[in-house]
Amino acid sequence: MSLAHRIIPCLDTDGERVVKGVNFVALRDAGDPVTLARRYNAEGADELVVLDIAASRDRRPTFLQTIRKVAAELAIPLTAGGGIRTLDDARAVVRAGADKITVNTAAVLRPELISELSEEFGSQAVVLAIDAKRDGDRWRVMTTGGRVPTDLDAKSWANKGAELGAGEILLTSVDRDGTQSGFDVALTAAISKTGMVPVIASGGARWPQHFAEIFREGAADAALAASIFHDGIQSIRALKEFLASEKIQVRLPC
Amino acid sequence: MNISLLDYGAGNLPSVERALQRLGVQTERVSTSAGVAKASALILPGVGHYGALLRALDRDGLGESLVAAIERGVPFLGICLGLQALFENSEEAPDLQGLEILSGSVRVLNGAVKLPHMGWDQLQAKGGSGLLEGIDSAAYFYFAHSYAVPYRAVDQALETRATCSYGGEFVAVTETENIFAVQFHPEKSGAAGQHVLENFLRIAA
Repeated sequence: MSLAHRIIPCLDTDGERVVKGVNFVALRDAGDPVTLARRYNAEGADELVVLDIAASRDRRPTFLQTIRKVAAELAIPLTAGGGIRTLDDARAVVRAGADKITVNTAAVLRPELISELSEEFGSQAVVLAIDAKRDGDRWRVMTTGGRVPTDLDAKSWANKGAELGAGEILLTSVDRDGTQSGFDVALTAAISKTGMVPVIASGGARWPQHFAEIFREGAADAALAASIFHDGIQSIRALKEFLASEKIQVRLPC
Repeated sequence: MNISLLDYGAGNLPSVERALQRLGVQTERVSTSAGVAKASALILPGVGHYGALLRALDRDGLGESLVAAIERGVPFLGICLGLQALFENSEEAPDLQGLEILSGSVRVLNGAVKLPHMGWDQLQAKGGSGLLEGIDSAAYFYFAHSYAVPYRAVDQALETRATCSYGGEFVAVTETENIFAVQFHPEKSGAAGQHVLENFLRIAA
């Protein structure tokens, strides 16, 4: 008896629609956020993440409206993010119904943001999203939707983020994102095995075996995917049944 | 029936509200001692820092009116920090005093585990529970916390109805007379969590 490995669908939204890209670009329409949220809640998703990938100021009211509508559908935790730069941005998202806030670029530019959020909402509500790209024998932190390289090392940044008050790391492999070639096991293991907080692996999921691999070898606490769930390639329930048959602990029946 | 939710600014209050509304229950936010005094059933939701909750309860006699309502027999459900507040004190804010309704202290989950204890976990039953009635013993509930009340069989065996183990065994469900509390988040625990809330509503009715 122990903590279940979590399966987390992610809705990348642009305006009122869910979109999906490959390697962070080439976006295409993937459906209505409320319809998808309702389906995932019923199918046994353990949490839901909603990201505003456009994150532009003028679209903000639309995003908050999406969070409100999605939150109304859920009996599971909701994480929201994309363009959260200040405590006020985070408050708006929490008031709209998010249980956790995820920050990425803004935290790289101003790490104290993590502490401010953690002091106000508690570390269990602060998810540090890290987009990491392989660079020799290390991983470099990328910002601005995976496009802009920084000088930060992903492993040190994850530890720093946890010290500042992040309660979870959402770790996306920029190399794998959208490729459906499997999660980045080496990256996830490097950060999860030495880290102090839970790690959500993201980027590259296609087959149920990829999930088994990232939990077993990557030591991930949770795994996140988007298009395979949106497109109906993989049902969450069937995925969890497969993992249970592989003796990986998941929440079933759900 | 009408359920009063103690509003001290906790982030999860709207979630609890939505979960109850899905069950067709009328809810009302109360944030004053007068509001608490009129409540016929009370829920104390909570998430975040123990200190923030205890300091809020310290304002305008809110905590005293809460204790008075509980002592009058008003059905009470504490969620997460709302459970922790019932005990004597917490390592998270050592200079503050808890409501001291139950015996025990809140401590950081210890050992070689990642914190927070984040996600879906199972319970170990410790005798009959009203809140868990009719729920599969293998059901999962959603936890999100770094502090908890370590289970002490010596003096907590009577009211502790279920524990969970993560960095040690801790109190997950406690019940005594009209006082009910859970360390997990029923409002975020899917169908099993909804069942817990329904059980509380049935008991409180």
